[in-house]
Amino acid sequence: MVENRPLLAILTHLVLIVGVVIVVFPVYLAFIASTHGSGDFMRGLVPLLPGPHLIENYGKMLTEGISTAGAPPLWIMLTNSLIIAIIIAVGKIAISLLSAYAIVFFKFPFRMLAFWIIFITLMLPVEVRIIPTFAVVANLGLLNSYVGLTLPLIASATATFLFRQFFLTVPDELMEAARVDGAGPMKFFRDILLPLSRTNIAALFVILFIYGWVQYLWPLLVTTDSKYYTVVMGIKRLAATADSEPQWNFVMAAVMLAMLPPVLVVIFMQRLFVKGLVETEK
Amino acid sequence: MQTKRTIFPNKLLPYALLAPQLAVTLIFFIWPAAQAVKSSFEREDPFGFRTTFIWFENYARLFAEAGYVNSLSKTAVFAVSVTLLSMTLSLILAVAVNRVLRSNRAYTTLLVWPYAVAPVVVGILWWFMFNPTIGIAPYVLRSMGIAWNHRVDGNQAMIFVVIAASWKQISYNFLFFVAGLQSVPQSLTEAAAIDGAGPFKRFWTIVFPLLSPTTFFLLIVNINYAMFDTFGLIDATTSGGPNQATNILVYKVYADGFLGLNIGSSAAQSVVLMLIVIVLTAVQFRFIERRVQY
Repeated sequence: MVENRPLLAILTHLVLIVGVVIVVFPVYLAFIASTHGSGDFMRGLVPLLPGPHLIENYGKMLTEGISTAGAPPLWIMLTNSLIIAIIIAVGKIAISLLSAYAIVFFKFPFRMLAFWIIFITLMLPVEVRIIPTFAVVANLGLLNSYVGLTLPLIASATATFLFRQFFLTVPDELMEAARVDGAGPMKFFRDILLPLSRTNIAALFVILFIYGWVQYLWPLLVTTDSKYYTVVMGIKRLAATADSEPQWNFVMAAVMLAMLPPVLVVIFMQRLFVKGLVETEK
Repeated sequence: MQTKRTIFPNKLLPYALLAPQLAVTLIFFIWPAAQAVKSSFEREDPFGFRTTFIWFENYARLFAEAGYVNSLSKTAVFAVSVTLLSMTLSLILAVAVNRVLRSNRAYTTLLVWPYAVAPVVVGILWWFMFNPTIGIAPYVLRSMGIAWNHRVDGNQAMIFVVIAASWKQISYNFLFFVAGLQSVPQSLTEAAAIDGAGPFKRFWTIVFPLLSPTTFFLLIVNINYAMFDTFGLIDATTSGGPNQATNILVYKVYADGFLGLNIGSSAAQSVVLMLIVIVLTAVQFRFIERRVQY
């Protein structure tokens, strides 16, 4: 701090508190709603203090779900989301590590071409190639499967760039020494490069796990079998009741449970998460 | 392009290493994108028996369609509003956090987690708050004499999706602004303080100009976010309505192609969207390249 101005300090804290309230309030309200019985929403305004039905609501959503919405119990959807987020994160990291390794440590014809083909994926998000990608997945018979849910999302230009950037900073002497000691390329990769990339991998894992968890459009397209619903797309089904009001207490219990895993990851892995974010920017 | 000074001499290994990533990219990215470009130049008869090559007719029809022009303008309004709102709020918060040294960590933790919330879930959270029958926001607005129903009023629907989309993006912008602010050299602000510049003057004349690379980067990222990542939010709340008021381009391409099964038009829309992403990505990379050279 350059100088001491108590008034400005108070103003600063005030701004931050207002900011925190704006950020937290919607979730507070969702939590409150998830602790009430269905009847408590008839009065024309949402309750602002917790009710007594917390365990009942969460228990019901986790084990049975609400039958009218056609969505399975939450524990199935949460498990699916977890599986998918982990496959996507691990898959993206694995194939990006390998590609970056090939591009940095080898010289071969069409190296630039390979690099550009990977680069192009940045410019083709799922949203802009919906129908033909769906057609490819359908033709391969991958609808309603974990493979279909994850494989088409697994290419990653940003992860490849990040690892490439990092590999370029690894001193040449390390590899020379490894070669003198008779290590082949895969041994060097496994025993030296991977351990060195540990923090980068962890940071990226946090970001990519969240990326996988929040996927919506793609699961919506490839799953018709409720066995494969993810929690994020399932929630839409719970909330989208055509004529009547949704059962807010149950919907909000589902919202809380869908939000919790990735938010906890961000909060507990904050250091890694920030590192991953700021570095993928490059 | 750079490689190492010393390299491994293997001939086939690099191809094997690249194979998984290239296979996924070719099958699920390049091939579908090429298909989209191809079908944007074709017309399929209603039964799917015959396709005719029709040059730019799909595009011509697209831009003549009032719905598409409306969607373009809604997307522009949406993207600009989300970008301005979320960047302004997060800059204010970042500056404030940068001033309070001790409680820095606590505030940061409380502000960054919305990053991890899925856009659909964001939509539902805000929909609950703005629900015309039981929501708290319409209740407060009613006491101020404003009747809120974003299911009927198009402008209110737009305001609603802008607020919800910005809420999620604040955390991301905040982190980058904080990182940017921390790289501003203390000596500069201290020197200005000695010269008698107050905190606001210092911010506008020294700190803000130094933040301009971050600001520019975030500008592009936010436009990208508002245009493409908000699909779930729109789908869960307004579904493009009422009366097309929030029918942004990504939602329209989905609705026309997947629900309306109008393949030619949807493909042409996809290609237009691809061009937009290409421009945004190119700008982003040019900028990053330039900054890396500093």
